[in-house]
Order: sequence, then structure tokens, then C-alpha cells
Amino acid sequence: MEEKSWLNRIDFMVYFISDNIISSLGFSTQENFDSLLKGEIGIKTIDDINYYPEPFPASAIDEKRLKEEFQKLATKYSNNSNFTKLEKMLLLSVNDALSKTEIDIASGKTAIVLSTTKGNIDLLEMKKSKNYEHERVLLWKLGEIIGKFYHNPNEVIILSNACISGVLAINTAAMIINSGQYDNVIVTGGDILSKFVVSGFMSFLSLSPTACKPFDKNRDGLSLGEAAGTIILSNSPIIKEQNIVFKGGSSANDANHISGPSRTAEGSFIAIKKAMKEAEMDSKQINHISAHGTATPYNDDMESIAIERHGMQNIPVNSIKGTLGHTLGAAGIIETAILLEEMRHNTMLKTTGFQEIGVSKPINILNKITKKELKTCLKMASGFGGSNAALVVSKIY
Amino acid sequence: MKELFITKYCHIKNNKVFVDGTLVFSDEEADSLKSFAKSLYRNLKPSYNKFFKMDEISKLGFLAAEVLLKDVDLSAYAEEEISIVLSNSHSTLVTDLNHQETIEDYNNFFPSPSVFVYTLPNIMIGEISIRHKLRGENAFFIVENFNSELISNHIKNLFLTHKSEAFVGGWVNQSEDDFEAFLFLVTDKGNTPHNDFEINRLHNLIP
Repeated sequence: MEEKSWLNRIDFMVYFISDNIISSLGFSTQENFDSLLKGEIGIKTIDDINYYPEPFPASAIDEKRLKEEFQKLATKYSNNSNFTKLEKMLLLSVNDALSKTEIDIASGKTAIVLSTTKGNIDLLEMKKSKNYEHERVLLWKLGEIIGKFYHNPNEVIILSNACISGVLAINTAAMIINSGQYDNVIVTGGDILSKFVVSGFMSFLSLSPTACKPFDKNRDGLSLGEAAGTIILSNSPIIKEQNIVFKGGSSANDANHISGPSRTAEGSFIAIKKAMKEAEMDSKQINHISAHGTATPYNDDMESIAIERHGMQNIPVNSIKGTLGHTLGAAGIIETAILLEEMRHNTMLKTTGFQEIGVSKPINILNKITKKELKTCLKMASGFGGSNAALVVSKIY
Repeated sequence: MKELFITKYCHIKNNKVFVDGTLVFSDEEADSLKSFAKSLYRNLKPSYNKFFKMDEISKLGFLAAEVLLKDVDLSAYAEEEISIVLSNSHSTLVTDLNHQETIEDYNNFFPSPSVFVYTLPNIMIGEISIRHKLRGENAFFIVENFNSELISNHIKNLFLTHKSEAFVGGWVNQSEDDFEAFLFLVTDKGNTPHNDFEINRLHNLIP
């Protein structure tokens, strides 16, 4: 009976009410969006033996500012515990997003969903592990730390699904609100640059020697980045402002290969198809696509195939990874936050690093900042393990 | 409106394999997941070469799925209607430690892509998807302890939003000194209703 009433809630909406991005380009969505508009690039050469024996390009957070900003937050909450870098990033990100809302994070009707691929993985390093308890490297512990800091009574829901974690976390949060279990869900996610991740991608030969070039003819691999992001979803709209709502979301597996995407873009195609079906939209209604766009030869080619298979080859597409790099568990969240900001400003960002189309299907990659009325947009994500995800968002008038 | 049932379930625990609560295999002598996985593979004979390049926890998840889906006909469902929703507490800790060992010291630095790729828990979902041609929804949750409510709610939500018709759900965990898998199949067939209480009851059948 309960489920029947759930299905009948056709007027039920899930609203995007606040967001935050903490990255090399700034500590709020606004700062990041402004920097992106100015064409600033967060990817710089990092020459630090703590990450890798040789210099490499990546998008890193300003450690000094992180420390200062976090000190203010710790003072506000009178919490003098020893937090890791990632914990500081996530706690600050949640705080900033939360500060723009009336939501009570300590309420039983507020859930926290955490998206991360590797969490506090740097604590596996011998010199760092000494300062923290053994289990601090485990992802559930990271969730517990975030939840406890803000006195949230619910067990933090943690998703770790490679590079689709962020989009999957938003999709999951929307379903949780739709089911009536919670009124508000704080989706937060992040990953840090670490020796673990940098050496792993280096061994894969998948890092570009320069800032990455999504969808470009000369693209030669991805750039890594570190970031935290937060998106707050609610069953109640923001008063007196134009609202953006969640329309549909899905994930799908290629069932093809664990470290390379499907040649026919099968999983991505299915994820988009199901997200559009839930949104009750067709391809013609999509105004703009935020791609995963890692700038690896295979990923971008696969995405062009998925987009073309849906007949969306003329819809403007961008990727912001040429600026912020691939931020793993944060990627889906910060890229959705930027997409929402693009919609609020009816302004599409350019794909930094892109010059000439170099994918097998002739899709429409944005190479300059472009004004356009953005009502409905699509976000794509793909990752290791053959995983793919998509989500559709719309303005309501 | 169709209802969901727990169609079949299996446990791998304490070097034993149980299907629907009945013991079907054991190897008391295995002293690690590595050796147990090897002997269970020999018993099941899937003739699947990709198995040998997997990390230990993916082998555990793969073998649990072999046991669960053996003699199960899923042809009534489209590939994209069958989803996988898994969970554990240690993510890929043992494999992470293996990768860390190759990078801790720059005088002995040999990171390997074939180890690194397995340092994500959802890779096992990928391996199971490839083996059984499952193209539905994916999710890997991390929880301190087995949480039947989290998994059953997610499955229910996917079903009610018409994203999936059949599900492989459960828990596949490897810590530094133990391993355990509990998988269940959810479809519109069966006698045990799919809910949080029943999943918890079945999980606890094997102490």
C-alpha cells in the first residue's frame, strides 16, 4: 500500500537547492565558475616527490588556504580533532553549500551521501599512517567522520563506483528523496592527489604530459585533479528563485572490458536512454551536454558514439577536465554543479584544451563561451569497471 | 504491479559454500582466499581464463556469482534490466596494500597497471557483468557492517522507478585476515518476499 502511494506522487519533485566546489580554482561554485569564464587553468606542473619522482601536470588545491579556511570552521564547531586533508576539503565543502540553505543537517530527515573512489588512501603511506588510527583509511570511517562532525544521526551512505561515483550518488540521492525516506540529501564527494593514484595512472600510461585536451585530435591522455564538491537535494524548492530539478538518472554496464570502454558505447547509450525515459524527454529537448570528457583517446571517442547514437550530434557538448583535471569521486558532483551554474547563467563554457575535433563521430564540441537558453541538460559519466551513468536536469518556470 | 522475491541466495564463509542455506562445497585446508578461490574454481570448472588475472576479492565476487547464477535462466530479462548492487566494509584494502607495496620506496618502484586497475571495488561488478552479460544498473556501497536495509531500499527504488527487473545484491568483503560473500538474486519469482527483514534473516543463517 505504501509503495502504491509512492508511485502516485507524480507532482513530487527533487530540487537542486545548493552546491559547492573546492578545487584549484577556488572554494565555492561561484569562484570556480568565474575562473572558468576567465579561462583560467587549474592544471599546473607539480614537482613533488611525495606524489611522483618526476614532474607531472595536475590540478591541486591551495594547501595554505585549505588550512586557513578549515581553522575557521573548526573554531565555529569547537572541534579540535586532527583531520586529514580530504576530510577538511569535504567538511568545508558541505559547510559552504549548507550555509546557503535553511536545512538542519542534524535532523533525522537529512541524509548524507558520500562519493569517493579512494578516500584517505594517502594514509597507507608509512609516514602518514602513524598519525591516525588504523581504520581511518577505510571509506566507512571517512563517512562516519563527516556525519559525526555535523551531528547527523543517520549512517552516511557511501558510494564507491570508480569515476561514475558522483553522478551515481546524485541519482541515488534523488531516488531516496522520491521514496519519501528523507526530505533533504547532502551529496558530497571528493578525492585527493596521492602517490597511490598518480603512480597508478602513470603505470597505465594514461596521463597526458600537458594539461589534457578533451575531444581534441591531439589528445593524449587525462590530467588528474583533486577536489571536493557538494550538491544539496531537497523535496522543497528554493523560495523566490528559479528552480532546477532532477528529471531522471541511470547507470549501466558495458559488460565488455574492465579498463576500456565499449566500442559501441553500449553502457553509456543505455544509461542515457534510461535517464531520458525517466525524465520523459527526447533528444530534441536536450539543450546542452556536460560530457565526462577525460581526454583519453578511447573515452572521448566512446562518448561521441553514445551521443551520435542518440541523435544528439548537434547539441553543444563540453568538458571542464582541461581546466580542473579528472577529480575521480568529486568529478560527477563538481561537473554537475558547474552545469547547474551554466543553466542559471544561460551560458555554456568552452572545452579548455580543445582545438580540432578528433573523435570518430562529428559531435558539437564547444570551443568558446556561448550564450543559450538552457532549460534541460544532460550529464554523462563513465569509468573503470565498464560503468556508465547519466542524469537529466531541467529548469522549472 | 509485480512484486519482488528473493529467488536464490548463497554464502561463502569460513571456507564453505552454501546455496539456499545448504552446504555444497568446503575446503577446510585452504589457508587464504587465494588458495580457497583456486579450489572452488576447480570445483565449479567455469573454464574462464580471465579469472586468473583478477585480484583476490574480484575472484571471490566472481565465484559467488558463479554459484548464485548456476542453472538460473535469466533469458526472460533483457541484459539492461538486470542490475548489480553490492557492498562491503573494506573496499579493496588488500589489493590497495599490494599496490602500495610497489610504490612505497622509490628505490624499489614498480607500480603495475594490472594491480592498480583492481583497486576499485566496482571492478568486481564489471567482471560479473562481462561473465553474465549484465548491463543494468551498478552500485557499490561501503558500510561498516552488512546493511540489508541499504541494499533492499536501493533495489526497491530501482524497481519502482522502472530501471530494472532483476537484481544481484549482496556483500563481498576481504579484510587482511578474513573473507566473506553473501549474494542473493531478486526477481518476480520465489517464495521469500524481498525486504530488509528477510535479507537480514538469510544473511544470518550461516553464523
